[in-house]
Amino acid sequence: MTFSLRFRAAVVSIALFAAFLGIWHLATRSTATTTAMSPEYAKLMGLTATQGKSAMPGPLDVGVKLWEHLKQPFYDNGPNDKGLGIQLGYSIGRVGLGYLLAVIVAIPLGFLIGMSPLMSKALDPFIQVLKPISPLAWMPLALYTIKDSSISAIFVIFICSVWPMLLNTAFGVAAVRKEWINVARTLEVGTVRRAFTVILPAAAPTILTGMRISIGIAWLVIVAAEMLVGGTGIGYFVWNEWNNLSITNVIIAILLIGVVGMLLDQILARFTRMVTFPE
Amino acid sequence: MMDKFISIEAIAKRYPGASGGEVAVFENLWLSMARGEFGCVIGHSGCGKTTVLNILAGLDEPSEGAVIVDGQAIEGTSLDRAVIFQSHALLPWRTVLGNVAYAVTSKWRNWDRARVKAHAQKFIDLVGLTGAEHKRPSELSGGMKQRVGIARALSITPKIMLMDEPFSALDALTRGTLQDEVRRICLETGQTAFMITHDVDEAIYLADKIFLMTNGPGAVLAEIVENPLPKDRGRIDLHRHPLYYALRNHIVDFLVSRSKTFTATTPDHDPRNVPTVRPGLSEPTIVSAPSLVEANSTQKIAR
Ligand SMILES: Nc1ncnc2c1ncn2[C@@H]1O[C@H](COP(=O)(O)OP(=O)(O)OP(=O)(O)O)[C@@H](O)[C@H]1O
Ligand SMILES: [Mg+2]
Repeated sequence: MTFSLRFRAAVVSIALFAAFLGIWHLATRSTATTTAMSPEYAKLMGLTATQGKSAMPGPLDVGVKLWEHLKQPFYDNGPNDKGLGIQLGYSIGRVGLGYLLAVIVAIPLGFLIGMSPLMSKALDPFIQVLKPISPLAWMPLALYTIKDSSISAIFVIFICSVWPMLLNTAFGVAAVRKEWINVARTLEVGTVRRAFTVILPAAAPTILTGMRISIGIAWLVIVAAEMLVGGTGIGYFVWNEWNNLSITNVIIAILLIGVVGMLLDQILARFTRMVTFPE
Repeated sequence: MMDKFISIEAIAKRYPGASGGEVAVFENLWLSMARGEFGCVIGHSGCGKTTVLNILAGLDEPSEGAVIVDGQAIEGTSLDRAVIFQSHALLPWRTVLGNVAYAVTSKWRNWDRARVKAHAQKFIDLVGLTGAEHKRPSELSGGMKQRVGIARALSITPKIMLMDEPFSALDALTRGTLQDEVRRICLETGQTAFMITHDVDEAIYLADKIFLMTNGPGAVLAEIVENPLPKDRGRIDLHRHPLYYALRNHIVDFLVSRSKTFTATTPDHDPRNVPTVRPGLSEPTIVSAPSLVEANSTQKIAR
């Protein structure tokens, strides 16, 4: 009996996950070596020393806590105690806004660069210098000029997601097959209509690839940015829980960051498939 | 006066050479065609045929000279001059109907959807693609793609059709069918057509006039061969016509030997008055001296 590749892959995935949970559980379970010590000292040292319990939470602790969070994702008990749903919402909102601004700037600019060899050459040195700058390096400058931590985070997202989109758009537009352009030319199609009916559909797969890279980078950067600016967001949550020494919450946050990142990527992947054409 | 519907006047095309200077693909090239004529250009690879066609289409600009169509110097591309590309150049994200409709809406911008669709459909039917309207180019065979290209070019009812080796990538059978179709359509609509080909038989079957170009760089239009075969020639029994071999041999001789030596052996060649040749039963006779050409050029279309 042979199963489909998909099914067999799923079985292996589940087995690996189970093994991972098992090892994690074994590695963090209580070890029975409890040393005798004065009660005051034991109090100071916490459970780690007194019961031989590892500071690292096991999978069961994380599971229980995760269930608590999922039951109540949107509670709000003041600045330092908000539901995970709210924190993720803040982060996604910032990423969405910064990303949208980047789209609005990068795609028309990319078109310009791709269609005009002059602009391509003229803007190249700027792009070459600005592109390798870590987005977080902009943070102090953004905080100083904008004076609002939340908008600064949005600005950092904008800066980091603009480059892949800009470069891919410019490349995609410049690489549109000459014969398709010639078709439009022989049909006396005007520049604007040509941009929308020939260049955009032809370059769309490349542009969407750039957008997909950008959303990934933006999601990577938002966590770091929020750790810096504080206040709200999943990045701030991670940092806050670290200060509370709640490793369980940190692990849950890491898990959720991964899941959301995957979902964002999948959405863009779906769009890419929609505009890809077979040749 | 001979009706010069298309008149290429003293065009040159030069590209910057490897060692600083300029390399001329051709210099001082003259060529004219009457309305409703079918012209084929034959010449070796790299002699500049595509360059001439692109200049005629307005896709490329000559370094010197001008092209006059219907009494007006051309400036850029025009919907009056449709191009059938060698690589079919269909837009892969559009369906067959979408590709043809794109051309139709480009010509008649204020037509409504239904009208555009009906018009496009007419030309899809004409090239025998009924039923494949909603297929994408990737789902079509090479011959079908080329048919879409033909439908697209015809749908804008151009005054001139320009074809750059339109059938060279097709198998012999498909090529034959499409040649029949192009010939039928051109005769029915009185199209003026300019086509590049490497296939001597294709030229003999389709063309009224065959333009022979020498090898590049510095190619010249050596000779204009008038097709002595009757207008109602069929593709199948082409080779049975008594003049077929005279014509074919003349063209093949040119390609095999004279295209290389022409410039050296004919120093007094006048690019403005290219000799017109009409291969006959005996030796091919030069009927040129432009006055004679006029007498011979009875390009009335059989309708
Ligand atoms: N952009 C360019 N720069 C320099 N030389 C060029 C350029 N484009 C074409 N040429 C030269 O012009 C000449 C004519 O090219 P063209 O494409 O017109 O040839 P062709 O007769 O159509 O050949 P083929 O039968 O192979 O299609 C060639 O020798 C080519 O090297
Ligand atoms: Mg060519």
